[in-house]
Amino acid sequence: MTRKRMLFISAILLCVGIPALAEIDLSGSWTSKNHEDAMERGAGPNPDDWAGLPFNDAGRAKALSFSQSTISMPERICWFQTQWHVAAGPFSLNIRSETDPLTGKIVAWVLGGWETRAPMTIWMDGRPHPSKNAPHDQTGFTTGSWNGDVLTAYTTHIKTGYMRRNGAASSDEATITTTFIRHGDMMTLTLVMEDPVYLTEPYILTRSYMLTPTPVAVAGPPCVVGYEGVESGRVPHYLPGKNPFVEEMMRLYNIPKEASLGGAETMYPEFRDKIKDKFVIPGKCKINCGAPGALGGN
Amino acid sequence: MVLVGSSLTLYAQAPGRGGRGGPPPAPKAAAPIDVTGYWVSIVTEDWRYRMVTPAPGDYQGVPMTQAAVKVADSWDPAKEEASGDVCKSYGAPAILRVPERLHITWQDDQTLKMETDAGKQTRIFHFGDWKATEGPHTLQGNSVAEWEMQGGGRGRGGPAMGSLKVTTTNLKAGFLRKNGVPYSDNAGLVEYYDLVKERNGDQLLVVTIVVTDPMYLREPFIISSHFKKLPDEKGWNPTACSARW
Repeated sequence: MTRKRMLFISAILLCVGIPALAEIDLSGSWTSKNHEDAMERGAGPNPDDWAGLPFNDAGRAKALSFSQSTISMPERICWFQTQWHVAAGPFSLNIRSETDPLTGKIVAWVLGGWETRAPMTIWMDGRPHPSKNAPHDQTGFTTGSWNGDVLTAYTTHIKTGYMRRNGAASSDEATITTTFIRHGDMMTLTLVMEDPVYLTEPYILTRSYMLTPTPVAVAGPPCVVGYEGVESGRVPHYLPGKNPFVEEMMRLYNIPKEASLGGAETMYPEFRDKIKDKFVIPGKCKINCGAPGALGGN
Repeated sequence: MVLVGSSLTLYAQAPGRGGRGGPPPAPKAAAPIDVTGYWVSIVTEDWRYRMVTPAPGDYQGVPMTQAAVKVADSWDPAKEEASGDVCKSYGAPAILRVPERLHITWQDDQTLKMETDAGKQTRIFHFGDWKATEGPHTLQGNSVAEWEMQGGGRGRGGPAMGSLKVTTTNLKAGFLRKNGVPYSDNAGLVEYYDLVKERNGDQLLVVTIVVTDPMYLREPFIISSHFKKLPDEKGWNPTACSARW
């Protein structure tokens, strides 16, 4: 082999090798560790628990008008199922790659769907997002890019959905940025929702997963519309000032209403000074307390 | 082939290494990310376990053993105060769940220092071959730090990327939550510190926290806390530990 040829082959091998070394493999089954927000991600949050949610007055008003029966309307049964459900739901992840059959390059990463969430396809081939006037759906449109070993995905074109499963809504202008950070068999997702309609600041959640040899089943198609007892034409809701659950967090946990009604200031440490004198440690927990082996304790 | 081999070796090295037989740079100079500065907790998760004191017996999410439940069920803040040991929920496994500001600085080329305003705690992260001296277990334990370098930029003059991994041992028993959820003095702690840039330009510090404890945890307790970078010390508000707030 001539020296020139050796150099040529070396150069080709390097070109092939460099991108692979700058990325990592995310494929596999990842068990969700629901050690934080266990109740919210499992059974669901208390109906008036919006503490730590940076929504604005419009977001709060919409949340207060929400009745849980709303999602029994045929038109709303699938309302929850945007990609934000990755953060707010309890389920594990099945991640796989889609490769170009000719070049072998990864053109997309796919997060398999759940019974309550459509699959998320993260396009890696540089395609642009659609026009802002393009149709929106629960799945949205997601592109991704690598920064070293960290994958960042950006989701747009999502239909109206929810931020919390108690009526805190996201608008069809919301976007989600999801960062995948892998440390060996552990992965941390950082999800940032921005919504000019209902948020004053980005809403940030982080979630933890462990790689598992046990396959995570991919469900689908998600969400089947059926009759759940709400007759056609009825829109369950609460009028302003009529939500019967606004004292729930106070009743159960002594958490003042100004905290449970959320807003950006409730995310920051100094907010504690505002409620310190109003708070007393509640009595012994009697409901949804967690225990060894309980849902959310795993 | 020699060329290929050489290049791959370069990729496997940390950026900025001395090369050509020179000594590797000190951890401060080799840092792939800058975690120094002031940071504030953004409490969007586990709010009622962090921003206020949870009810006795409220243990949602923690994979506790029966022994842990028994200990936690006997939690009494008045007794904690009477004992004078009111910092049990400010130990290393729990301190990054406390609503607070962090101040992270380089103490020297081999050592990072993390201070908290809440509880006025100080953690020291030792890089290199630092070895803990034998001694009593402490609230913040002994922490060994290392950089985990990532693929991008290796050997190609690109920006360095990576994470900070901190392993903490020699911990004194304490509380994972203010309401007495215990960890024992056999607990171990591993943390990964990562930076995430928001689209609005804000810098986030995301810390993945793994607590193990053969006595009080059925499996590793895995959570993650996030902080936003601040331009300065504004809002820094040192407060003493409290057993009930």
